[in-house]
Amino acid sequence: MKKNRSIPLYIGITLVVILFIMMITSLFYTPYDPNVMDPQARLSPPSLEHTFGTDNFGRDILSRVMEGSKTAFLIGTLSVTIGLFFGFLIGALAGYFGGWIDEVFMRFIDAMMAFPGILLAIVLVTVFNTGMQNTIIALGIMSIPSFARIVRSGFIQVKEFDFVKASKAKGAGSTRIIFKHILPNIMSSIFVAMTLSFSGSVLAEAGLSYLGLGVQPPDPSWGRMLKEAQPFIASSPMYLLITGGVIMLMVLGFNLLSDGIRDVRDKKA
Amino acid sequence: MKYFLYKASTFFATIMFISIIIFFIFQVIPGNPAQIILGIDADEQQVIQLEEKLGLNNPPMERYIDWIKGIFQGDLGDSLKYQTPVIEILQDRIPVTLSLAILSILLTVIIGIPLGILIARTDGKWYSVILSTLTQLGIAIPSFWFGFILILLFAVLLKWFPTFGYVPWSEDFVGAFKSFFLPSLAIAVTNIAVVIRYLRNTILDQSKMDYVRTARVKGLSERSIVYGHVLRNALIPVLTIMGMIIADTIGGSIIIENVFALPGLGNLLIQSITSRDFPLIQSLVMYIAILVVVINFIVDLLYRVVDPRIRLKG
Repeated sequence: MKKNRSIPLYIGITLVVILFIMMITSLFYTPYDPNVMDPQARLSPPSLEHTFGTDNFGRDILSRVMEGSKTAFLIGTLSVTIGLFFGFLIGALAGYFGGWIDEVFMRFIDAMMAFPGILLAIVLVTVFNTGMQNTIIALGIMSIPSFARIVRSGFIQVKEFDFVKASKAKGAGSTRIIFKHILPNIMSSIFVAMTLSFSGSVLAEAGLSYLGLGVQPPDPSWGRMLKEAQPFIASSPMYLLITGGVIMLMVLGFNLLSDGIRDVRDKKA
Repeated sequence: MKYFLYKASTFFATIMFISIIIFFIFQVIPGNPAQIILGIDADEQQVIQLEEKLGLNNPPMERYIDWIKGIFQGDLGDSLKYQTPVIEILQDRIPVTLSLAILSILLTVIIGIPLGILIARTDGKWYSVILSTLTQLGIAIPSFWFGFILILLFAVLLKWFPTFGYVPWSEDFVGAFKSFFLPSLAIAVTNIAVVIRYLRNTILDQSKMDYVRTARVKGLSERSIVYGHVLRNALIPVLTIMGMIIADTIGGSIIIENVFALPGLGNLLIQSITSRDFPLIQSLVMYIAILVVVINFIVDLLYRVVDPRIRLKG
């Protein structure tokens, strides 16, 4: 039973590592130039020459998927950073000080939660325009509420522990208590939230770009590839299946990683 | 009653809060809306007249109040693109999104709850492990991509359903159901997986409780313990994630309507974004948000019926 529990974690790590290696490789090598069109080889199925086949312009799908992984990792990493930074700030202030600060911040977070995340992202890119940078900002803002909630509840829980109270009684300042005592105790929860939020951003970016509201050409995007593949769903389904499959594997990898970290933490506790 | 009043007041507070955020986000849009409507070569006099007509020179507070009044009175002004009152456009669109959302939530409950019970009761068996793995895939799958797979499988290969398009309920009930079924299922897949996992965990947690041991000692069958005791307690936490599921369902319908070409609010939203029809976008976003908050409010009131223990938390 003990062994069984860690299998998902290993699968998660493996998936993330494979995709990460693919991303790093794409920085200096792709089998074909991802933007070169070959009218002779339009929509060809997977073959020895083109491992994943070619798209409607005869571009190599594997090369384009590899290019797209850069965007996925970049957007995931940066939007998680934005979400974590502001979410931590809001959650920490609300959880540590409580009272009216808590009440105001949490009403704000509740209102944001009532908004479907994708709708919020759509509104933001509509107003501030589409493109890589604004997509990152929109997805970052979208992930603030979940970080804020987790950090807040972590702060409230840990604040009540005896050792924190003792430290406070000894005259330790807020900064010291937060960084020395509270932070190490909620680190694993934050890691869980980071991996989940990463996969959420990857999914949302795919959705936004599919709608034409996310990353714009020439920046590569898996979501936009799905949009391009849609008209050919009946004639060459492989294009669609492969591109979506890669998105799913990335999300799955980060979700399993998240579950794994949580299991390890719960075992320790 | 006190519970109802509290919930009703937070309901209105949330709507006010959201409306303020939406209104001020849309104030940021660069450029003069009157100029955008009329085009760059418009006559200056025309621009000034339109500014006057749209009330663009009024202070922001006044415009906000006008807009909010409009939202609740159904007077939303004219769409820039369609040149017809926004409310008329919405009347045709809301039933489509609402049907999609309701059918999707029904599918989530009908499929998710029995499977959650099954997995919990057969915990550790090989098919239970397979089902658990499938739920991981269900959570990771992009819903619109799953929509494509459903189209490929059931519309292109098996030809059981139309690939896309919309039949109103009033015209042909079976046809309408067919046009809504695949998109609803595509939206529901993630939520189904979430419900299964969540219910499995709550059932397994509840099964360790003392009252279950008592029931077992009394000689009750495993079946009546699960359905008579455990399930009632395990379902309540599931209700609390309903809010998240509803937000996800409405959010999912924005994308899925575009995959299946269903003329709902989400489809209209993307069209109006493409044509930069800002008055329409602003009102649409508000209506979609209200839809989420209203359904959530109803679910909140339902909890109270399901579990009378729910009181205001201190």
